[in-house]
Amino acid sequence: MNRDVSITTWILIAFGIVNIYFLTTGKLSFGLEGLGLITAVALTLAIYSFLYKDNPAFKIVENLFVGVAMGYWIIITWFNILKPDVLEPLIVPLFKDTGKSPQYIVIIPTILGIFMLLRFSTKLSWLSRWSFAFVVGLGSGITIPNFVHAFILKQMEPTFAPLYTGDILGSINTFLILLGVVSVLIYFFFSVEHKGVVGGVSVIGVWFLMVAFGASFGFTVMARMSLLIGRVQFLLRDWLGIIQ
Amino acid sequence: MNFLKRTIPLVIAFIMGVMMVFQYYVPHEASQSLLKVVTRWGITIAGFAVFIGAYSLFHLHWNKIKRKFPGWGYSIFVFFGAGITIIFGLYNGGEFFLHDKQEGTMFDWMYFNVQVPAGATMFSILAFFMASAAYRTFRARTNEATILLVAAVIVMLGRVPIGAMIWEYLPPIADWIMSVPNMAAKRAILIGVSIGAIATSLKIIFGIERAYLGGGD
Repeated sequence: MNRDVSITTWILIAFGIVNIYFLTTGKLSFGLEGLGLITAVALTLAIYSFLYKDNPAFKIVENLFVGVAMGYWIIITWFNILKPDVLEPLIVPLFKDTGKSPQYIVIIPTILGIFMLLRFSTKLSWLSRWSFAFVVGLGSGITIPNFVHAFILKQMEPTFAPLYTGDILGSINTFLILLGVVSVLIYFFFSVEHKGVVGGVSVIGVWFLMVAFGASFGFTVMARMSLLIGRVQFLLRDWLGIIQ
Repeated sequence: MNFLKRTIPLVIAFIMGVMMVFQYYVPHEASQSLLKVVTRWGITIAGFAVFIGAYSLFHLHWNKIKRKFPGWGYSIFVFFGAGITIIFGLYNGGEFFLHDKQEGTMFDWMYFNVQVPAGATMFSILAFFMASAAYRTFRARTNEATILLVAAVIVMLGRVPIGAMIWEYLPPIADWIMSVPNMAAKRAILIGVSIGAIATSLKIIFGIERAYLGGGD
């Protein structure tokens, strides 16, 4: 514990000295821009301190981040949804002469939205079912034709393209895509016992799935690496100015 | 009462579902504007749902503070972060919340200097955990595990300059893995998921799937 306290103290002292040096030498500007950079650096370092071990600095930033994110979404919801879609077309014209008549049709989603908030009422929580039913029914209705069009027909179209394309490598790839799609679908088809030909094809499906999982894993790792590089660049270039 | 509590929601889901399915196949201006209006209504209702999430989060952390659960002090920072962001957002650079959102306010400052760096760092830290988990669990014990391991290594090396330095064919092989076997498997998964989503949607529309109604009578 004492070791951790001394490490934290030294890091804080070093952080303070570096920032004071940058502020006094003009590398960091006094004002919101400089404060913003120092805040972002402090948050970044506090989060990376978790790599050493779980510690109060990380937990503080973790909770702060959750709070800021929630606050952000509340404000964005107000400015992007509730204000333009409820307040301005319905409530403002009711109480103020804006030259526009209130759009009473907006009462429907407003009431359904208020019903949704009744989820926490013990006596009236059943009213929230009407709102959920509206949203779920709407989503289901939109899902069916769009999924059939975009994710089934549009995906099948290139899968069942002519195998021979005039180019041997292209034809092999077309065949492999057809084989992959069919074998993976057969692997997930549990109404038939996976024996004999079906079993053999489903094994090929597993191989395709393994390649896809491996590729997804590699791709995700590299995406995270890219973020990591971005954060290290931020620390070394934007803050310390070590690299250009 | 049962009619209001159970039947009405099922009727609403049925009407909305059937209406939106038919709407797709009617290429008329009225049909398009119907889609636009009800989609906007859905977004409005979802906007109210943000407050359910906020209540849930604040209730959880308030209880932690009130009952002095271990680590309750950290929950104060949730309220601090949310409070300061909401205050800056409502203040709206001096224009207040009844006017349109202003640019370059302290709310934007919070977004660019707290939320964006903290979010990016949180996600970047996963690179270490994924590498650590992979090191501990990736073992080429079976053919399938070997295929997965080889594909992952090729894709990772093929995406960085050192991959091309090791072997010039690694980047094109990584691209081929992404665009042929990976795409084939993803396409099959997508088709399967879509069939599942369509089946579930039909069950919701016809009142067979009622989980969204929640428990109780």
